[in-house]
Amino acid sequence: MLTRAAHSVTGSEAVGPYTLLRVERGRLDPGIPGQFFMLEAPGRLLARPMSLCLATDVELAFLIDPIGPGTRALCSLEPGDRLAVLGPLGNGFRLDVERPVLVGGGIGIAPLPYLSECLGNPPAVLGFRSSWHAEAAALLPGADVVIDPVLVTDCYLDGFDVLACGPEPMLQAVRRRSPDAQLAWEAPMACGYGACWGCAVEIDGELKRLCVEGPVLHAAA
Amino acid sequence: MRLLNASGCLDALTAPEVAQSLDAFVTKTVTPEPRGGNDPVRIAEVEGGMLNAIGLANPGIARFCSETLPRLAGLEVWVSVGGFSTADYAELCAHLEGEEIAAIELNLSCPNVDEVPENVGEVVAAARAATKKPLYAKLSPAVPDVAETARAAEAAGADGLSLVNTIRGLALDERTLEPVLARGAGGLSGPALRPIALAAVHACRGATALPIVGMGGVMTGRDALELLAAGANDVALGTVLFRDPAAPGRIRAELEAELSAHGFVNADNAVGAAHASDLQTLHQKSRLGAEKSLHTGLNVAG
Repeated sequence: MLTRAAHSVTGSEAVGPYTLLRVERGRLDPGIPGQFFMLEAPGRLLARPMSLCLATDVELAFLIDPIGPGTRALCSLEPGDRLAVLGPLGNGFRLDVERPVLVGGGIGIAPLPYLSECLGNPPAVLGFRSSWHAEAAALLPGADVVIDPVLVTDCYLDGFDVLACGPEPMLQAVRRRSPDAQLAWEAPMACGYGACWGCAVEIDGELKRLCVEGPVLHAAA
Repeated sequence: MRLLNASGCLDALTAPEVAQSLDAFVTKTVTPEPRGGNDPVRIAEVEGGMLNAIGLANPGIARFCSETLPRLAGLEVWVSVGGFSTADYAELCAHLEGEEIAAIELNLSCPNVDEVPENVGEVVAAARAATKKPLYAKLSPAVPDVAETARAAEAAGADGLSLVNTIRGLALDERTLEPVLARGAGGLSGPALRPIALAAVHACRGATALPIVGMGGVMTGRDALELLAAGANDVALGTVLFRDPAAPGRIRAELEAELSAHGFVNADNAVGAAHASDLQTLHQKSRLGAEKSLHTGLNVAG
């Protein structure tokens, strides 16, 4: 059931170049790590898809990179402002893994803190383009951090179940190295529930919408 | 008045409850062969609307009929069809002739494919010859005179008009100044399309007697009322569904309030309200005309 309801912003804090936006949880189900929510961006026509970064009993938090008008509007929200939230949506990570390692790049680390909590804080490798961006690693205490030009794919050991989220070149590299990895992809989407086809990608000759068949897909898919 | 979705703006299989909240479900356009659609990026938000260049991604008519259609049982289904030649449309309609569907919408106006159908009248006539199902012609407002196109569709046997499809627009990346969409331009929808849709519906209501499904940037009940007033009999929702899957219920409630605020007993009562003064003017003109010929007559007699 698709339920969209208004929720209050409870906090907004800078994390390096990113913003951690905290929203009252209300009746929202935090869902499975890797699932996402459509957040109403003030003054914009379309909501923006954001994976859940942190969940407590009273708050859901989203890590947002202000790269365009919608994400900038979300980052400018202040405590007490209200926004419509729709979700959780899509398919998250499978959590039945024996030896997980989390691999994240840039803003792609967004779903990993919640994922880490659900998996009992497994090892993690995070890559960033600068030390400023790497300040976001504080959301995942204990993670190994590398900074460009060092790549995350050079830093994790074989024999682990890889769960990854990051920019497409990183995911392609992880996919080549770890054909059994679970990868969380990203694409512009207007609706988040299968209506607009904006996020469709062709996999093995079949069109798949990342919002309903992803965003987490098996690497070999 | 019926409330529908605009083609390509809803998937009844992934959001059945949204489809059930409408009076009829219009499918994404089906073509003779499967199509993967355009490369990503395929959507972009712009001021007052959004662009899409999906490119008619669909499984093709054979798989649509064997796999998709049976799963839509229980819904009143309108099938949107699109082709690249007159023969394509005839083939698509013939394929659907035995199916339990409420109507066929001929997509004669997708802005996101290179090959556009040459002549609306010819396509509608070919489709008409291939099916007895109700045929709605979906027209582009990006023509010099949409009323002329509407008359051609009516003359060729269309049962109704869907007005309007998106019109071509372009968005540039704020940093690189390259087109945001991989295809370059895309179809503009949302509030920016609304006055264009209103003008097209208004013009076509004045030109034909065909029922009209009005669509283009409807976000509120007030917007739906305006389309009715311009001459639409039914209203379809597009981009607003992307923003809010609960939009049909909200817009119905808002429309009810608007109708009673304007003193209309029901939605059908509001259809064409924007033409009331035209009718009055027409009446006055014909009276003046009659008086003029009377004078002429007297002159001749004198």
